[in-house]
Amino acid sequence: MESKDKTTPTPAEHSPFTVLRSSSPGSGRPRETGNGERETEVPGVAHSPFTVLNSPSPGDSRPRETENGKRETDSICPGKLGKQELLEAREKLAGSTGPEYWRSLEELAGSEEFRRAVQREFPKGASEWLDPVSRRGFMKLMGASLALAGLTSCVQQPVEPIVPYVRQPEEVVLGVPLYYATAMTLNGYAYPQLVTSHEGRPTKIDGNPQHPGCLGGSDVFSQAAVLGLYDPDRAETNLYQGEIQAWLSFLGAIRAQVAAQRVLRGAGLRFLTPTVSSPTLAWQLRAILQAFPEAKWYQWEPVNRDYVRAGAQMAFGQYVETRYNLLEADIIVCLDAEIFSPHFPGNHIYARQFAARRKADSSLVPITDVLNHPLPIRPMNRLYSLESTPGMVTAKSDHHLALPPSELERYTRLIATRLGISAGGGQPRNSYEAKWIDGLLRDLQAHRGASAVIAGDTQPPVVHALAHAINEQLGNIGKTVIYTDPVEQNPADQTAGLKELVADMKAGKVDLLIMTDVNPVYDAPADLDFLGALQKVSGKIYHGLYLNETAPYCDWFVLGTHYLEHWSDGRSFDGTAGIVQPLIAPMYGGKSMHEVLNAFTNNPDRSGYDTVRRYWRTQVPGSDADFEAWWRQSVHDGFIANSTLPAKPVKVKLAALPSETPAGQGIELVLRPDPSVYDGRYANNGWLQELPKPMSKLTWDNALLVGPAMAKHLSLQYGDVVEIQTPDSRKVVGAVWVHPGQPDNTAATCFGYGRTRSGRTGNGAGFDTYPLRTSARPYAVPGVTLRKTGQQYKLITTQGAQDMENRHVVRAAALNQYQADPEFALRMESEPTGPETLYPKYDYTGYAWGMSIDLNACVGCNACIIACQAENNIPVVGKQEVARGRHMHWIRVDSYYQGDPANPRVFFQPVPCMQCENAPCEVVCPVGATTHSTEGLNDQVYNRCVGTRYCSNNCPYKVRRFNFFLFQDWNTPQLKMARNPEVTIRSRGVMEKCTYCVQRITKGRIKAEEEDRQVRDYEIQTACQQACPAGAIVFGNINDRNSRVAKLKEQPLNYGLLADLNTRPRTTYQAMVFNPNPEIPEPTEQEG
Amino acid sequence: MAEVREGEIMNVQHGRPAVLLPGHDYGTITDKISGIVFSAHTPIAWWFAFFPALALIGLLGIAATYLFYQGVGIWGIEIPVAWGFAIINFVWWIGIGHAGTLISAILLLLKQSWRNSINRFAEAMTLFAVMCAGMYPIFHLGRPWLAYWLFPYPNTMTVWPQFRSPLVWDVFAVSTYFTISLLFWYTGLVPDLATLRDSARNRWAKMIYGMLALGWRGSARHWKRYESAYLFLAGLATPLVLSVHTVVSFDFSIAILPGWHATIFPPYFVAGAVFSGFAMVLILAIPIRRVYGLQDVITMRHLDNCAKVMLATGLIVAYGYFAEVFFSWYGANPYEKYITWNRAHGPYAAVYWATILCNVAIPQLLWLRKVRFSPVRLFFVSLVVLMGMWFERVMIVVISLHHDFLPSSWGIYIPTRWDWAIFFGTIGFFLAAFLLFIRLLPMISIFEMRHLVRETTEEAKLL
Repeated sequence: MESKDKTTPTPAEHSPFTVLRSSSPGSGRPRETGNGERETEVPGVAHSPFTVLNSPSPGDSRPRETENGKRETDSICPGKLGKQELLEAREKLAGSTGPEYWRSLEELAGSEEFRRAVQREFPKGASEWLDPVSRRGFMKLMGASLALAGLTSCVQQPVEPIVPYVRQPEEVVLGVPLYYATAMTLNGYAYPQLVTSHEGRPTKIDGNPQHPGCLGGSDVFSQAAVLGLYDPDRAETNLYQGEIQAWLSFLGAIRAQVAAQRVLRGAGLRFLTPTVSSPTLAWQLRAILQAFPEAKWYQWEPVNRDYVRAGAQMAFGQYVETRYNLLEADIIVCLDAEIFSPHFPGNHIYARQFAARRKADSSLVPITDVLNHPLPIRPMNRLYSLESTPGMVTAKSDHHLALPPSELERYTRLIATRLGISAGGGQPRNSYEAKWIDGLLRDLQAHRGASAVIAGDTQPPVVHALAHAINEQLGNIGKTVIYTDPVEQNPADQTAGLKELVADMKAGKVDLLIMTDVNPVYDAPADLDFLGALQKVSGKIYHGLYLNETAPYCDWFVLGTHYLEHWSDGRSFDGTAGIVQPLIAPMYGGKSMHEVLNAFTNNPDRSGYDTVRRYWRTQVPGSDADFEAWWRQSVHDGFIANSTLPAKPVKVKLAALPSETPAGQGIELVLRPDPSVYDGRYANNGWLQELPKPMSKLTWDNALLVGPAMAKHLSLQYGDVVEIQTPDSRKVVGAVWVHPGQPDNTAATCFGYGRTRSGRTGNGAGFDTYPLRTSARPYAVPGVTLRKTGQQYKLITTQGAQDMENRHVVRAAALNQYQADPEFALRMESEPTGPETLYPKYDYTGYAWGMSIDLNACVGCNACIIACQAENNIPVVGKQEVARGRHMHWIRVDSYYQGDPANPRVFFQPVPCMQCENAPCEVVCPVGATTHSTEGLNDQVYNRCVGTRYCSNNCPYKVRRFNFFLFQDWNTPQLKMARNPEVTIRSRGVMEKCTYCVQRITKGRIKAEEEDRQVRDYEIQTACQQACPAGAIVFGNINDRNSRVAKLKEQPLNYGLLADLNTRPRTTYQAMVFNPNPEIPEPTEQEG
Repeated sequence: MAEVREGEIMNVQHGRPAVLLPGHDYGTITDKISGIVFSAHTPIAWWFAFFPALALIGLLGIAATYLFYQGVGIWGIEIPVAWGFAIINFVWWIGIGHAGTLISAILLLLKQSWRNSINRFAEAMTLFAVMCAGMYPIFHLGRPWLAYWLFPYPNTMTVWPQFRSPLVWDVFAVSTYFTISLLFWYTGLVPDLATLRDSARNRWAKMIYGMLALGWRGSARHWKRYESAYLFLAGLATPLVLSVHTVVSFDFSIAILPGWHATIFPPYFVAGAVFSGFAMVLILAIPIRRVYGLQDVITMRHLDNCAKVMLATGLIVAYGYFAEVFFSWYGANPYEKYITWNRAHGPYAAVYWATILCNVAIPQLLWLRKVRFSPVRLFFVSLVVLMGMWFERVMIVVISLHHDFLPSSWGIYIPTRWDWAIFFGTIGFFLAAFLLFIRLLPMISIFEMRHLVRETTEEAKLL
């Protein structure tokens, strides 16, 4: 049909729509959608009729060669519709009363052309319609009719002239996403990101693969930030005492106060910000402080790095930033350092460096970065962990010791003393721990210059100071441990600062307090009584995204911006500076922190963009043109080249250590930031609320974690509500979770819950632990008492059982076992060798997609879960539904305990769909809604699914998820914007599942076909793979012998989960090999 | 007509109670059975059963409406236990529906004339039970409005059902079974409908029964055609009795799930179905003969025979339980081993032991003559068996699903009030339909009883 000449009458059996479709070369290609259906894209009609009216082919205004070789402009072109005709149309409309009907502008204008068209159109064989070229005619009618809607009484259109997509913005091709580099700031550190934008809507956030401090890895907070942008509970207006106000009225109101403060040299002016690493913001604040010499700027993060700073002060007499090179570290000792947690600076790169050194033997396939550059294989590292509450590091460690906080400090002293640093520390508690410490010390001494001792942010300064001293003693500095200048702009003791501020507030010295993006009413230390102090301040301005616990107590609420809405900058953990560029205009017209600060200068209306550029102009020498090029490059890359902070030579000069904290004061309470909602700022993020915690798989709540022995001793059960009382009589009521590995005589809990004004999602989830926290003891409170209230609270977990029941689910062996038998994992289970199936064998001749998950590399950080949720439009179901086993995650990370409950070994296992070649789900579907693709994918056809759920019953991996209700939010407009347009939104009663991100596969395949080549290895990455900071997930074509996934599957460690069922899973696992110190006995041998 | 007291064993022939007590001739039989239909007086017990049944239908309506409005999430099902009450009750009702056709078809072919007194209402019971069962697969679907996609109908999408799935086999098995059962029941009704037409005095009754009687005049040709059609349908229905529950058992045994994936399932399911079906026959027959004074027509012989069938099939079911345990040990499959252990010791252990108690232990009482010959005791044993078979389905569906291969995805299933509402709702539907049947149609085959009168009187003459 495409070769038909224009003049040949086309037979009537072709419908106009067929013509329409086939005559559009290139852009009318059927496209595979997420649900396996083929959908035909009709250019112009489906997207924007306006485009067609003025520009014949979207994205290309050149006249195009049509099928019959004629120039398109020869045919009837809507572009010919001149101004004259429009004028005629208007006149005609003006002259008529009552409704007028027309089919096109031509009719309205009474054009001759139209009359001809009408004559040909209907009575005689409808030749116009059937002619391929006069698709243009159809377009014209459509376009003109719709355009005319604007000429008439359409109420939706603003009075001002609006500009349609006459010419598309440069770079924007409808349906093709764009990627922008930007950065998120958390605790003062910039997290470099690459954000996917669909037609101006950011939909997906990943790590910036080019950034030296990230390597493309991601974390749960970064992944979930996109939902934060579209949070329907964000504030939408500026408020003055509850009344809606314009930004200009704020500016007006503030000028008077600023003028008053100018007279007072800013004596009553105070700023409270989060930790600032943004050079521009610091530049602005310093300028303001210059203009108001007596004004003060404080920073407050509830989970701050005061102890880190104090520890550095103690060791070096100055604050330095510490970063590590774990690629060089044979021995890593974590002193409660949660190096894989998303809030630990540098966690992305540490996870990957750690994983790179977890290869049992040099013949194995190395870990790569996101751009597929292999990281070198070196002898396997060994991770020691001393912790007060088990976390991801515990799970990955080869040896771990669970200790109460006071003991942890003592053991650090002990290790330091034994290495020749006089720090006291006494003796180990028992013979097992003595052997443990001896083994660790010998290991450290045997690997001088190739070990790293890392202290956690929540550890007291002395532990940090000793860690620095130990690292120096072992010769690690400059090799595995690097010191640099501070990354933050104004390193200061934040707790002391806040105390000072509160004292000033109470003393009535503060006239004007500007708080931006902090929430001290909720999270300030309980002994400060911030709220009481706040009420003594006359002028209170709150700038932020939410009307949170603090905002209602302030006079002014100034609407803030999400980081995807504003220009800014920041420094990542290694000091690399980066520009934060907005992906979207402020959704509710908020103002960035830079713009609010400008209100205190003589340029109150200067934009954030101007401010950031102005600052950097002062930093970049050369002409304006040079700056322009530099700016473009830096914004494009997301970071400023060569801005990584260089190593700083420092020497440990240990100050006098504080006296030892006495041990054994009853139950010690351990307080930690939450792995999902952090300090509470993410409480309203549904993805994070529903995210199972790494170890316990708890969702929607925090809990009081107690060890199994102590639970038995105190007769505590899961869900028992207890009253926690600190020695200074602070009380909080929370629910108990019995947590294997939680050290005896301790109880651990997290911040961030029990919020009252976070929004619909976060309000009422969990219990608020901040009331227990004082400025003196922010992370560990000794001498706590627990009292059972007799009440019960329902705690929800997504994992029903965490014992492997002697099934070979996670296969693991020690390094020496591996060396004796590299194929140990395969020997654990007999896999069927032949094609034992009734159905004919299928040969996958083209691509055969497969996945390999390295259990040794997986640190259990959950980034894959949120990445999958963002990519595949997975709904949040809420606590009640999770309680009924109805969470929707397509990939989950199982955690299993093994061994002594007091001191277990923990395994993480990410489980996406296995894409079985003999998929049990497929044979049982009565309507064929789940079928196998020619590339080996187990596809789910959502609109064919009737919801018998038989497939889920027959899935041994239970990776299928069912929409028991209409879980998707079809109404909230903000959430509509958050969705990935390439993936179907599933409705009620439909089964859904992981498809290896089939939309990404299809996109990659189409691109390869266009370029007439095979898909390259690593060209297509699944969302989970892309997000994984450790590089544990590898996806690719297993028919390509040279692909990484194929090589991984050749490894002796490769095994299929439940492969004995003859499911022939395409997702396979690399068995775990751990590297224990032979001198340290197994924890189970400890008894007696 | 003889007055008969409950439990009295009269006219013992060859040591067994008679199929029909003496004193009946053609006229009395006809009057007695059609009198129940034509009587202006409805027994008070009927109303006592009918009103609660109607209330339960109302409950079913509410529950189904809410279900269609909200989705299957209103039930307790979840991942991993994605099948719950809907499938349990489907299998249970289908099982109950087995007795009718078995009695009618197989016993007809085996020339067991004692079936004549109970076949009619047993068949009706089958139809209503299959109707109840048939509702569940539709309720059960995530998108019930697309239920017709399970049928192979020509459509513009040119897609067919997926014939490898046992759920599609179910569609055929159940719909065929229902169709044949309906035809068989109706064919058997035709001569009696003519009898009713002839004796009805009410004009409307005359017309309706007349239409339903399809012009039956009782000519020899009619009888000849009738006999061959009835026999033919019996022949058709006989394999269906075995096939339906075999296919239903495939829903489970085709799957790879431990606890489902077992070759014993087809015979074990069929036996279980007959077991529960006969229990239901007894549960219905015992009050009916009491309320309507039908002890001379439905005699102790019938109850005894039904009890014996129950005992026999119950033993097959017990063997099935034993075989499952044996295979899980002998097969040395860790998952099968675990599920057997879990049934007896896991969170649903009570269900397992209730099953064993109700289906294996208590039915052994049926060895005792004094249990078989006591309608009250028999009634309670039957009730226990019916409950036991329901527990068995819970055991198969829920226990197998809730702990399968990967401990990480283990879960627990707790039925919600909506699960129960629909279950009780279908019981209400069943009862109401059955009560209407006994009120409006002859619940015992009149002409076959007349046949029996001749046989018994001839026997008596011979004695």
